[in-house]
Amino acid sequence: MRRHLATGLVALGTLAAMYGAAGATTLETVKKNGVVTCAVNGSRPGFSSVDSKGEWNGVDVDTCRALAAAIFGDATKVKFLKTNNQTRLTALQTGEVDVTVANTTWTRARDTDLGVDFVAPTFYDGQGLMVPKALGVKSAKDLDGASVCVRPGSTSERVVADIQTKFNITLKLVVIDDQKEINTAFFGGRCDVAVQSSSGLSSTRAAVAPNPDDYVILPELFGKDPMGPVVRQDDAQWRDIVQWTVFTLFQAEESGITSTNVDEMKAISTDPTVRRLLGVEEAGSKGLGLDPAWAYNVVKQVGNYGEVFERNVGKGSPLKLERGLNAQYTEGGLIYAPPL
Amino acid sequence: MGTLPRSFARPASSPPRRPPADARGVRAFAQAHLFQSPLAGLFTFLLGAVVIVALWHILRWSVVDAVWYAPDNGAACRTATGACWAVIVEKYRVILFGAYPYDQQWRGGLIVAIWLAWGAVSATRLLGVGTRLTGWALVFAASILLLGGGVAGLERVGTDLWGGLPLTFIIFGGTIAGGLPLAILLAIGRRSELPVVRLLCVATIEGVRGIPLLALLFFAALILPLFLPPQLTVDKLIRAEIGMIIFFAAYAAEVVRGGLQAMPEGQDEAAKALGLGYWLRMRKIILPQALAIVVPALFNDIIRAFKNTTFFSILGLFDVLGATKAALQDPNWVRYGTEGYLFVFLLYFIICSAMSLYGGSIERDNQRRVRRAT
Repeated sequence: MRRHLATGLVALGTLAAMYGAAGATTLETVKKNGVVTCAVNGSRPGFSSVDSKGEWNGVDVDTCRALAAAIFGDATKVKFLKTNNQTRLTALQTGEVDVTVANTTWTRARDTDLGVDFVAPTFYDGQGLMVPKALGVKSAKDLDGASVCVRPGSTSERVVADIQTKFNITLKLVVIDDQKEINTAFFGGRCDVAVQSSSGLSSTRAAVAPNPDDYVILPELFGKDPMGPVVRQDDAQWRDIVQWTVFTLFQAEESGITSTNVDEMKAISTDPTVRRLLGVEEAGSKGLGLDPAWAYNVVKQVGNYGEVFERNVGKGSPLKLERGLNAQYTEGGLIYAPPL
Repeated sequence: MGTLPRSFARPASSPPRRPPADARGVRAFAQAHLFQSPLAGLFTFLLGAVVIVALWHILRWSVVDAVWYAPDNGAACRTATGACWAVIVEKYRVILFGAYPYDQQWRGGLIVAIWLAWGAVSATRLLGVGTRLTGWALVFAASILLLGGGVAGLERVGTDLWGGLPLTFIIFGGTIAGGLPLAILLAIGRRSELPVVRLLCVATIEGVRGIPLLALLFFAALILPLFLPPQLTVDKLIRAEIGMIIFFAAYAAEVVRGGLQAMPEGQDEAAKALGLGYWLRMRKIILPQALAIVVPALFNDIIRAFKNTTFFSILGLFDVLGATKAALQDPNWVRYGTEGYLFVFLLYFIICSAMSLYGGSIERDNQRRVRRAT
């Protein structure tokens, strides 16, 4: 029932967005407001959450901060709106927020049906399955008749449907809205299988499991989960700003520019890529309508992609994720910025 | 003739005697209620044992083995067998004040203190109704000024950062302050003899009661701005608050109508016979009695309105429950959800019970007044 309600609301939002196309561009609106308004999840540690002091942090949060740094030269000029899976895209469609960075997986259906555009994934993930070791399950094929905890409206729900068709097995769905409740249900034995992004699974197992060794993550990865910022599709300039802000984070890491050495690099580097990125040479980004030093501000105030990754989900965080797919393409990952 | 006593009654009252041993005291109570028969005695023993064991386990978990303070991201909690209250110590600022700027959170604390203090003063009922209501209006206005800032050198804080208990109080106060008068008007309107007024009121009440609160808030917060002209920007919090007020009013109106219908016709007719006009009759005769009848049901709605404030998390605001949920996602503390939610449960339980006790005392007051009057 709630899912139908959510679908209805998203549809209504799409309809309203079509009629409500405002005259001002997103950049003008943002500059008028003096802040970038950003929809985030708010309950995904490492991606977007508030710490004990009520401060926002996470990869998604830093993406928003980078945008603020690019537009205003001040990474603090950003307003976060906590959303859930049902409201994150509606808030974007209705103009409540300027950009949604809320662990939203880029799918064809979302991209083409909802009046939104996905730009430059900032995190690549896949869905994994976790089961208690005691079940003796070695592969997803053996799961016939098992009960699965999933979140409504999430990618994992789709993945479960795909697994059933692929292996011709029947799974019993236990639909729970909150990830925390799913964890409680799974570790309490309420369901046999937990489906989540593989990054989520390993952190859940490390942080929540009473005894992490009692659970195995099955070797198969299902689906692809490229997640990143989402914008309304009626504003190409805004889309470019968001996209190239993300690429700036990527390129800075590839070129070895960090928040600590950026001033030095700007002063002495002879590498044309670095000089163009930091605005020393003609950069060819006038179309964005931003200050020439915008990319410098991004790196100076937020850091490069590697810094963002490590402090939020990598070694500097409790999640301790490996770079994996999220390494630079030079290291065998998928993080790749087009040339300047 | 022997002398007959003047009266057969005793010359003086006899000294008071203690009641029979089996009517009072612990032993008597035990005999009458716990050990009337061997079977009852057996059950008392068995259930008593269960209760004692359960109580001991609860006490051991929540107090004896509990960890109250755990630096280094809760290291001490990992090995403890009892509750980890350190999670509350670590997260109480987020739970109580949400994402409100950390160094400004004393403002939120002050608001909570004012509300509790004035609530306690009101509960004693030493002051008149007028004074109490004026006081609440001042408390409400002061809360908004304190939380929003921008006056008296206070830093301005946008409504998107409001959160926690102060936000809950303000939403709740606004809902009751706006909703109760609207409910009374709707109830009176529904019984009006003017067909247009009646139809409008019926349509409002039935229409709003047919929508889930969540959908109403969603509409008010996200969809409504698209249908309004762009120059008319009303803060999202106010839009949602109006939704809350209408929702509360639609339900409370039916409660008030119940009270109006329970009034004997004679009251109205007697007032008419005295030559009182419509509004004077309503204000002085009908409403005071009708509202007194529906106090229990009305408090039901009021308490529900307090709990409905949790729906504001759909607007992206951190209410107490939403903030707790978010705070407990912290990987270092995610195991201690039970403690976190117990804390929120206690918070809601205390506030809601206080309101329910207050409602009860108003009810008893009303009964006394009615008894005096008849």
